[in-house]
Amino acid sequence: MIPSPFDYVRVSSVDEAVAALAEHGEDAKILAGGHSLLPIMKLRLAIPSVLIDISGISELNYVRVEGDQVAIGAGTRHHDLENSEVAKAEVPLLPHVASRVGDPQVRHRGTLGGTVAHCDPASDLPTALLALGGSVVLAGPNGRREVPITEFFLGFFETAMEEGELIVELRVPRTGDAGWAYEKFTRRENDWPIVSAAVAHLPGGRIGVALANMGGVVLKATAVEAALAEGKSIEEAAALAAEGTSPSSDMHADAEYRSHLARLLTRRALTVAAGEAEASTAESTAAA
Amino acid sequence: MQVSMTVNGQQRTDEVEPRMLLAHHLRDNLGLTATNIGCDSTSCGACTVIVDGLSVKSCTVLALQAEGSQVTTLEGLAGEDGELHPVQAAFQSEHGLQCGFCTSGMVMASVGVLAANPNPTDREVREGLEGNLCRCTGYHNIVQAVLKAAEAGPVAGQVPQTQEVSA
Repeated sequence: MIPSPFDYVRVSSVDEAVAALAEHGEDAKILAGGHSLLPIMKLRLAIPSVLIDISGISELNYVRVEGDQVAIGAGTRHHDLENSEVAKAEVPLLPHVASRVGDPQVRHRGTLGGTVAHCDPASDLPTALLALGGSVVLAGPNGRREVPITEFFLGFFETAMEEGELIVELRVPRTGDAGWAYEKFTRRENDWPIVSAAVAHLPGGRIGVALANMGGVVLKATAVEAALAEGKSIEEAAALAAEGTSPSSDMHADAEYRSHLARLLTRRALTVAAGEAEASTAESTAAA
Repeated sequence: MQVSMTVNGQQRTDEVEPRMLLAHHLRDNLGLTATNIGCDSTSCGACTVIVDGLSVKSCTVLALQAEGSQVTTLEGLAGEDGELHPVQAAFQSEHGLQCGFCTSGMVMASVGVLAANPNPTDREVREGLEGNLCRCTGYHNIVQAVLKAAEAGPVAGQVPQTQEVSA
C-alpha cells in the first residue's frame, strides 16, 4: 500500500510550521511520528497534498514542571514520555499509559501531540489526558491559544483545532503520588482498547474519570465523577459509568458488553487508584 | 527529493518520491531485501530496522523521515568477517525460526529489546516482542534465542556500525 503523491516540506521551528500551514492551506497535514497519519494515507482514507514534517523541531520534545502543572512538548514520543523521570514523579498516570500504547516500535515513533490531534475514540493517551484535565496549547496564524482538554475532543476524529493550527504543548496538573489507574481491556496485549478507563486523583480532592471507545470520541465519565464528588461509594459510582455514552457494536464487542466493560473497568480503576491514595496518605501520616 | 542516510555504516544519497516508504527504499533502491514487508500496516514487525538506535517499523516511516539518520538492517548486523551478531547466533543455535519470514524483523526487534534491557526475563522478552508476529507461532524458541543472546552481554543490544560512522 502506497500513499497518494504529496509534496513534502521539512520545518525546523514552530513559526516555520505555522507559515507552511498558512501557505499550503487546508490540504496540508502535519507529520510528526506518522504512526496514525501514514497508515490512513496508505489506505487512501487521507489524501493530503502537502505533508509538513515537524519531527525535526527539537523545541517540541520536553517534559518539564511549570508551576503546578507539567508541560509536555507535542513532539514528545511515547517512548520518551514512558521513560521521563519528571513525568514518572509528577504525573505517573501518563508515562504508564504511554507504556501501554501499541508496541515498542510504535512507541519509538508516535508522539503525544499526534495522538491528541488524531482524536481516535479508542486512543489511550487522550483518555488519560481527559481524566487528568489540563489543556492543549495550539499555535496558529494569530499566535498561541490554550484550549481546555474537556473542550478539545469534539467528535469522531474531530477536534477544536482550527485550520492553520498545530498542537505545540499539552499541560496537565501535577498529581504526584496521588492515586491513579488505567484499566485497558484488549484481545491481544498490543491492541487498541475495546474499552479502557483512566482514573486520576486530582489536586483539590476531585477524582477524574475518562473512558475510551465508549462512543465516537474519548469521553469523561461525568456521572461517575459527580457521584464520587457527592461521596457515593466506588460501587455506586462505577455503576453509572455507561451513562451518557453511546458505544458502538463491532466484531469485538456489542454495545451492551461495552457498557458492562465500562462499569467493570471503572470500578477496578477506582479501586486501584483508591488503594494507592490510601497507601500514600498512610505513608505521609507515618512520616509525620 | 534527495535523501541522505547512513545505512549499515555506508553513506547513501538517493532521489526518492516523498511518498516512498523506508522499507521500499531499503529494498528497492538499496537492494537490502532482508527487510521483509509482511502486513504493511504497522502490525507484524517483519520490516523492523534500527533507526538512530531505536527499533522502528520501516513500512510506516517515509524514507525522507530518515534523513541524516543511522539505519541498520539485518545485513548490517554481522561483523565484517562474517561473524554473526550475538542475536543472530542465538537464533541459529536455539532454532528461533520456522518458515523464516518474520526472522529478520524478530532479530532486529530483539536487538532493540536487549538494548533497552540487557538482562530481560522471559516475560520481558515476550512484552518487548509484542510488535512482532510469527505466523508459524514459533514464539517459544524465539524467546529462548533472545534469552540466550543476552548471555553475550551488552554487545547483544548494540549494532556494529554506529560508532565508526562520521559522514
